[in-house]
Amino acid sequence: MSDTLTPRRRFLAWFSAGLGAVAAAAVGVPVIGFFFAPLMRRPVEAWRSLGPVGRFRIGETVEVRIPSPAPVPWAGEAAEMAAWLRRQGPSEFVAFSVNCTHLGCPVRWMANAQLFLCPCHGGVYYEDGAVAGGPPPRALTQYPVRVQDGNVFLRTSALPLG
Amino acid sequence: MLSRLARLIRAIGHWLEDRTGLWSVSRRLAEHPVPPGTDWRYVLGGATLVAFLLQVATGVALATVYVPSTGSAYQSLQFITHDAPFGRVLRGMHYFGASAMVVLIGAHMSRVFLTGSYKFPREMNWLSGAALLLLTILMAFTGQLLRWDQDGVWSAVVASEQAARIPALGHWLAHLVLGGATVSGPTLSRSFAVHVFLIPALIFAGVGLHLYLVLRTGVSERASIGPAVVDPATYRAWYRNLLDREGQPFWPDAAWRDAVVAVLVVGTVLALALIVGPKPLGKPPDPTIIIASPRPDWYFLWYFAVLAILPRGIEPSVIVLAPLLFGLAVFLLPLVANRGRRTLRHRPWAVVVVAAAVFTIAWYSRLGVRSPWSPDFDARPLTAQAIASSDSAVVAGAALFYARGCEYCHVIDGQGGSRGPDLTDVVHRFDHPQLVARILGGGSIMPAYTGKLSSTELAQLVAFLESRRGSPK
Repeated sequence: MSDTLTPRRRFLAWFSAGLGAVAAAAVGVPVIGFFFAPLMRRPVEAWRSLGPVGRFRIGETVEVRIPSPAPVPWAGEAAEMAAWLRRQGPSEFVAFSVNCTHLGCPVRWMANAQLFLCPCHGGVYYEDGAVAGGPPPRALTQYPVRVQDGNVFLRTSALPLG
Repeated sequence: MLSRLARLIRAIGHWLEDRTGLWSVSRRLAEHPVPPGTDWRYVLGGATLVAFLLQVATGVALATVYVPSTGSAYQSLQFITHDAPFGRVLRGMHYFGASAMVVLIGAHMSRVFLTGSYKFPREMNWLSGAALLLLTILMAFTGQLLRWDQDGVWSAVVASEQAARIPALGHWLAHLVLGGATVSGPTLSRSFAVHVFLIPALIFAGVGLHLYLVLRTGVSERASIGPAVVDPATYRAWYRNLLDREGQPFWPDAAWRDAVVAVLVVGTVLALALIVGPKPLGKPPDPTIIIASPRPDWYFLWYFAVLAILPRGIEPSVIVLAPLLFGLAVFLLPLVANRGRRTLRHRPWAVVVVAAAVFTIAWYSRLGVRSPWSPDFDARPLTAQAIASSDSAVVAGAALFYARGCEYCHVIDGQGGSRGPDLTDVVHRFDHPQLVARILGGGSIMPAYTGKLSSTELAQLVAFLESRRGSPK
């Protein structure tokens, strides 16, 4: 056996490495594609009914629960998400994401103080979602809301990201 | 009879050795020479490996019952903790084993840094170790998520929000963490696959490389017996000569200390698991339960605290740049500083760096436990005894102080949250117009109360605050 790389050996080396790459790609494409598939899937942006308008009182902010925008049949407790809904007038509603714009923790509505407070790093928002203090960089994210046939509807969308 | 059995066993042993040769290879590896003076300072890497193996063993056991589904994970964790034989102690060992692995890898890295052992020809030992540190951190994070209670759910959200801050790639990374547009079934399943298959496989490969390099380059000699200056041109020959002259077999001359430390690590983890038990499960993992106070496990708490106190203006850059710069520094260290002196006397900055890191983590961990920036949601109305006044305006003001949320963030007579300053003695710092202006106009972290208080209410609140005497600071 000599160490010289004859044309035949050179060919066999490249040929073998190439075959290996083909086999790796044949396995790798579906595996990696499967792992990255969630990036391609659009969130379910659907109008979800929150119930009749009369259920909500003007000037009040309440938690509402709606189906998750990324549903799977086995989600269990993760099948739903929450939002804050505020009735501002006879047919004016505004809906906020519960996620603090700082790092996503769930903000709490403190009805007495008329403020949203974040338990993680102390972010504070006014009743209209504007930042009142603390680290949040932006106002609370709003979801589209509409009133139709006496019912309130909220349009679900992906987790708001900074 | 017994001697025949012994002969049979010996014969099988000889046959296996003849066909595999594993015994002689293992012996040669175990007896590789180490420099004289390989003492207790050299046990931290082995201890980290012991902690990792402990995690593998307990993790495999837990995985035989744990259900990686958002619908059932919480129930399976309850079952493991309360019903399964040995379940509680196994969860406890896995929890404290994770802590041990994080602490020991940090200690090992600090030791290697302090003794300058990352210098030539061991640069790749350092870099493979740095990769293992990153993998350990990812294990700690995904493990915290797999404890799928309320904290687990929100740690997925917080992590994706942090990832989203990275320019260009952020949203993409966040959706990769979540496995979709929001927290849902795939979030847990993929974290499970990453925690149980992907990262452990990478850690096994990384440990293999790390140990191979340790055998190939040999452990670093104590700086005191080494050459005054590490010079790549002469070091290898000098080291080989040292081993030839004074080398000792690793097994058992040095390995006995590793055995002692291995027992200490396992014993401590087991004792903590038995006495303290696993981290209790929080509320159910239902994203619609808004009443939550998410907190990361202790090893991330210091970073959680840093994110609370960073000024708003610089936070977006720090949150991205700080981890990046740390990673870059760790990566570049052995490449730019691979020669020269190893002794601490000539590298005082190394002590400063390690001391500063330990102090920062300890200080902010403590702060994270107290979380003074978080509102005190459990604040109760002030009692008549605390108000200590019959003036109707003062009494009404005290009620407003609680009702309008002031008490979530301000202490009066030892009651209330510490987000804002203690107002017991505010009268010594603010005069009447200043008090009114601050309440109506707010501050950098305080909401403005214009429009939230009637003029009567404002007067009552101010009357209450001015009735507090405190003592001047």
